[in-house]
Amino acid sequence: MTISIHASVNGEPCQFQCGTTDTLLKVLRENLQLTGTKQGCGTGDCGACSVIMNGELVCACLVLAVECGQADIRTVEGLSSAGQLHSLQQAFLDNAALQCGICTPGLLMASKALLDKHPQPDETQIRYWIAGNLCRCTGYDKIVRAIMGCVS
Amino acid sequence: MLRIPLKSGKWFFAITFSAAGTVIMEYCAPVTLAEVCAALGAASGTVKVFAGGTDLLPRFVAGVNPPALLIDIKHVPETREIRRLAEGGFVIGSACSGGQISAHTELVRSWPGLTEAMDLIGSVQIQSRATLGGNLCNASPAADSVPALIASRARCRIAGSDGERELPVEDIIVSPGRTCLRQDEFIVSFFLPARNPRSADAYLRMTPRTEMDIAIASAAVNLTVDEQGVVNECHVVLGAVGPVPVYALPAARILLGSRLDEEVRQRFRRQISALCRPISDKRGSAEYRTDVTAVLADRAAMTAYNRALL
Ligand SMILES: Cc1cc2nc3c(=O)[nH]c(=O)nc-3n(C[C@H](O)[C@H](O)[C@H](O)COP(=O)(O)OP(=O)(O)OC[C@H]3O[C@@H](n4cnc5c(N)ncnc54)[C@H](O)[C@@H]3O)c2cc1C
Ligand code: FES
Ligand code: FES
Repeated sequence: MTISIHASVNGEPCQFQCGTTDTLLKVLRENLQLTGTKQGCGTGDCGACSVIMNGELVCACLVLAVECGQADIRTVEGLSSAGQLHSLQQAFLDNAALQCGICTPGLLMASKALLDKHPQPDETQIRYWIAGNLCRCTGYDKIVRAIMGCVS
Repeated sequence: MLRIPLKSGKWFFAITFSAAGTVIMEYCAPVTLAEVCAALGAASGTVKVFAGGTDLLPRFVAGVNPPALLIDIKHVPETREIRRLAEGGFVIGSACSGGQISAHTELVRSWPGLTEAMDLIGSVQIQSRATLGGNLCNASPAADSVPALIASRARCRIAGSDGERELPVEDIIVSPGRTCLRQDEFIVSFFLPARNPRSADAYLRMTPRTEMDIAIASAAVNLTVDEQGVVNECHVVLGAVGPVPVYALPAARILLGSRLDEEVRQRFRRQISALCRPISDKRGSAEYRTDVTAVLADRAAMTAYNRALL
């Protein structure tokens, strides 16, 4: 027997089974096969696992799955709609803001949380906001440019 | 692995067993203070209070055994409220997150130093989860909010299985990683005293990187000035330069009665360095920490002073 949790993932009601020590990250990737959310460090340092939970940006590796009852969880899989990329996804492509891509889902969710809260951030605000998302490939400039391209 | 779900009343309760049938970890999320205290009092094995989990969960990943029981306190309303009292003080729930604290404009206006200290913790992601109570009870010598909390003269409301008590924040940490709380006790909230006019605080830390790093030295200053701009109350607390935060009383006394003139500041900086007992490690030598703490305390004092005059 496992613990049954009811939550909403990307706007759809969702039920999953977990143990008390399982993280939200493990459940997303292994139970729900939502492997867009990446595992890097597993300790809150890299941001590869960033998701939006109840409107707040969190590291899925630092949330227990048993905490997610009734929660509203948004992952990178929910960004596009009707076969159309989200404007941030398109901007990342247009600006070549990714190389290996492992940081990208986390950075997309971090950028989405930023624009949801502050629709018109300046460059400094963007750079501070994404400080919890590490990228070993791009040097960040193209990522920052992509996000700035989406500022209304 | 066998896992059994249980629900008792409104609270969520769950347990995970190993293949051998031993309990790996029970988790419960009580919704009242009395339920937390009952759970703490009834626990027989290792028990941990769980707030944001940003200190606890990385430890599980590092291989530390999870406790037999994890009590999630953040569904108890008293741990999540920020409330201004009629006499001007504030009550801040122990499980208030950094994000919640920064968003409270009245609190930020009254306590710019404490709130900027909390805001320095981790990234946006960490700010969504990390709590004031967790930062204190983790008892790290480098915890950012703790020097500012002590300088604010905050008091803790502590609840346990046999009642409540109140302690000043500086009594909580006894050594790195250890608090004076009994296993059946937890911190419900903090009480910040009412502000006199012309009071302000400030917090500064030194980290090798600008973001996502832990302080190698820090300083909090909370002071009040009179109508002539003379300091008449002052609290100075240093972080990361000893096993527990240093309440720098002899240094604070130097600022009393002054307008922070250069000669006073020189004596202040020397006294601060004399009070530091840092370790040397790969992140900073003891000599460097001692020097930089004096600079941080001096600048924090100037910032608090200028804020108090506004
Ligand atoms: C990537 C990253 C960056 C970080 N950066 C910083 C930083 O810059 N500065 C800094 O100071 N810290 C930093 N931290 C550490 C951590 O985020 C903070 O200490 C945070 O405030 C802990 O709060 P929490 O609610 O997450 O604690 P938890 O992990 O929930 O708990 C921490 C400890 O306190 C106990 N506890 C929690 N609440 C209570 C209570 N109310 N009563 C009694 N005991 C309680 C728990 O049992 C546990 O032992 C960082 C952590 C990570 C992962
Ligand atoms: S995997 Fe969660 S922050 Fe690195
Ligand atoms: S694109 Fe490779 S880590 Fe960012």
